[in-house]
Amino acid sequence: MERLSSPEQLEQLRQDILAARNPETPCVSICAGSGCLALGAREVIDAFTAELAKQGLEATVDTRGTGCPGFCEQGPVVVIHPQEICYLKVTPEDVPEIVAKTLQDNEVVQRLVYVDSVTGERETREAEIPFYKNQERRVLCNNALVDSRSIDDYLAVDGYSALAKALTQMTPMGVIDEVKRANLRGMGGAGFPTGRKWEGSRNAPDDPKYVVVNADEGDPGAFMDRALLEGNPHSILEGLIIGGYAIGAQEGFVYVRQEYPLAVENLAHAIMQAEQYGFLGQNILGTGFDFTVTVHKGAGAFVCGESTALMTALEGRVGEPRPKYVRSNVKGLWNKPTVLNNVETWANVPLIITRGADWFREIGTEGSKGTKIFSLVGKITNTGLVEVPMGMSLRDIVYKIGGGIPGGRKFKAVQTGGPSGGCIPEAQLDLQVGFDELSKAGSMMGSGGMIVMDEDTCMVDVARYFIAFLTEESCGKCIPCREGLRQMNKILTRITEGHGRAGDLETLEDLAELAMEASLCALGKSAPNPFLSTLRYFRDEYEAHITEKRCPALSCKELISYSVDPDKCKACMICLKKCPAGAIEGGKKIVHVIDPDKCTKCGVCFDVCPSRFAAIKKLSGEARS
Amino acid sequence: MDNERIDQIVDGHQGQASSLIQILLDIQSEDGWLPREALERVGEKLHVPLTRIQHIATFYKAFSLVPKGRHKVHICVGTACHVRGASRVLDTVQDLTGIKPGETDLDSRFSLETVNCLGCCALGPVVEIDGKVHGKISAADTADVLDSYK
Repeated sequence: MERLSSPEQLEQLRQDILAARNPETPCVSICAGSGCLALGAREVIDAFTAELAKQGLEATVDTRGTGCPGFCEQGPVVVIHPQEICYLKVTPEDVPEIVAKTLQDNEVVQRLVYVDSVTGERETREAEIPFYKNQERRVLCNNALVDSRSIDDYLAVDGYSALAKALTQMTPMGVIDEVKRANLRGMGGAGFPTGRKWEGSRNAPDDPKYVVVNADEGDPGAFMDRALLEGNPHSILEGLIIGGYAIGAQEGFVYVRQEYPLAVENLAHAIMQAEQYGFLGQNILGTGFDFTVTVHKGAGAFVCGESTALMTALEGRVGEPRPKYVRSNVKGLWNKPTVLNNVETWANVPLIITRGADWFREIGTEGSKGTKIFSLVGKITNTGLVEVPMGMSLRDIVYKIGGGIPGGRKFKAVQTGGPSGGCIPEAQLDLQVGFDELSKAGSMMGSGGMIVMDEDTCMVDVARYFIAFLTEESCGKCIPCREGLRQMNKILTRITEGHGRAGDLETLEDLAELAMEASLCALGKSAPNPFLSTLRYFRDEYEAHITEKRCPALSCKELISYSVDPDKCKACMICLKKCPAGAIEGGKKIVHVIDPDKCTKCGVCFDVCPSRFAAIKKLSGEARS
Repeated sequence: MDNERIDQIVDGHQGQASSLIQILLDIQSEDGWLPREALERVGEKLHVPLTRIQHIATFYKAFSLVPKGRHKVHICVGTACHVRGASRVLDTVQDLTGIKPGETDLDSRFSLETVNCLGCCALGPVVEIDGKVHGKISAADTADVLDSYK
């Protein structure tokens, strides 16, 4: 492949790629994202390859391993183009039938299509499935259209046309103005206006300048960035190169966690391709602009998601944040002007350049424009990645897209913003998603984790969980964070273990205030949010733990006990055999009894007791009296 | 790992001290841990004091200063897995193996670690053993799953 040396050559190549493709040619798209791979997508892809070869169809049917389309709950997901027939939970055994029926006889395999769990209705086409229908997929849409390893696929969906436009038809300030006018804000969570950040760097006198992709997606329960990195790495690179051009940087870095091996691999592959095609390197598209990108693998430290800590880590040192008396867009990496943006922010840049700021601003709220990708997880029917217009209500996300809570359980709260965010209760479900809206409710946008909790989730335990997480991840530089969080963790653990004392909540509030006021970086400053928001909305749960030594959600291990309901027990021996502690006594036709001294409260008996018997009871509070 | 291989890795990163973390990651992924001799060699090559290398090796979670077992068990304790009962799975695995997160058992069969999120939230709770993901695992299933790794 010869490097492209002008925008015209790029357009010619694009036309050649499109001309060689017949949109009517059947194509099997199989999700090859981490979620589906864990569910066996690799075996499905291999089965398709083998079966198509067996039937002599390999020349007339394309297969493609795509990025994550988002519907992880129902993976492996297979979409047959051009009809867009969507098959869910596909196994290798289903493949011969799909090939014979759908690809050869144009028939739908009914048993593999989406069935609505409530209405029982079937939907054959991907776009008609409620999970997709209610989304606005601007950034994610190409994930399912391009083979994650094919730059030609990306060019076929207009890839790198924004770069060509920026380099040849726009001045660097013109690019910045467009991004400013779009009011693109940092999707990593803080929501800082991207255009302003860029302008600050452009105007800073120092040279060289750097651009950085923050792909250290460390929030537990969030995998939006991973899906983009794995599925459509070129969109991020294109945004980054445009950003480099805009601020006058010739070097870019991608800081990606090593826990995402597939993302690292696909990204490195994309960089190699972009170098070959001439989108990276010297004299890009013949415009005289030079730009290179280096991948830096993060070695596992949550605090490195913080911009200054990340830059320190890029320098090969321990990732501790530093004060921001001078912002990092003026003095950042090696003390040079550095623009650092999150993966999703970069991925939005080519869209803004191609379609214009006005198009971007069409949707959204007053302060938050465009779309946001959330990873909708936890106690939710349709786990997956969802991209929604800013301003959609949490209720619509949880119920219309997420399909509500499984198992007929009752909704309790939704947690947004990761460990820095907070829990939003049912009374506030009509809240619109947006940077300012979520902050007002005591949570935050964060990078986009959205964890749904039901009545079985203990809110005190959730607060303890996040504080414990942050205690572990605190870099140790500031005392209010290092020591304060440790004390908060101790007290919260004590409360969940039934040893809460009067005055604990006040101490926790004091420690929270101190950490918020006196920590250097956002990790410490926002660390108390999960505690404060759960206290604000679920104070009664804290009080039940402290004063009654009772866990209302029947979740805290030290506060619950298991027992067998003798009227319901059918003496089937299942729990007796499965109990890892040997704590269940009884026998054939002898009603089982749990020995509380031996019971480790692992809950295995509760899980294995057949639902038609439901003889195992969880108790809290009353069992102690 | 012999010095020759370490030198190769260091040279692969142009011998830059700013690549220290990347170099250690390469050694870690090949050897499964960071032997002291390897750290000393890296320090000599990069002209970086051993204390700084140890600071890094103990700060970042990916590094281990002790050898690991044959099978690496990673229990996801991310939020989605947590609300779906990951702590019960963790407790059971600890009971069955007799080791806590960060430890390796005496016959080097298992090393146990907790991880913050594997991003397979639809499958939670998730246990990853030697790179293979076991999804929707319950405390009751763990004994059978562990048994299949000898």
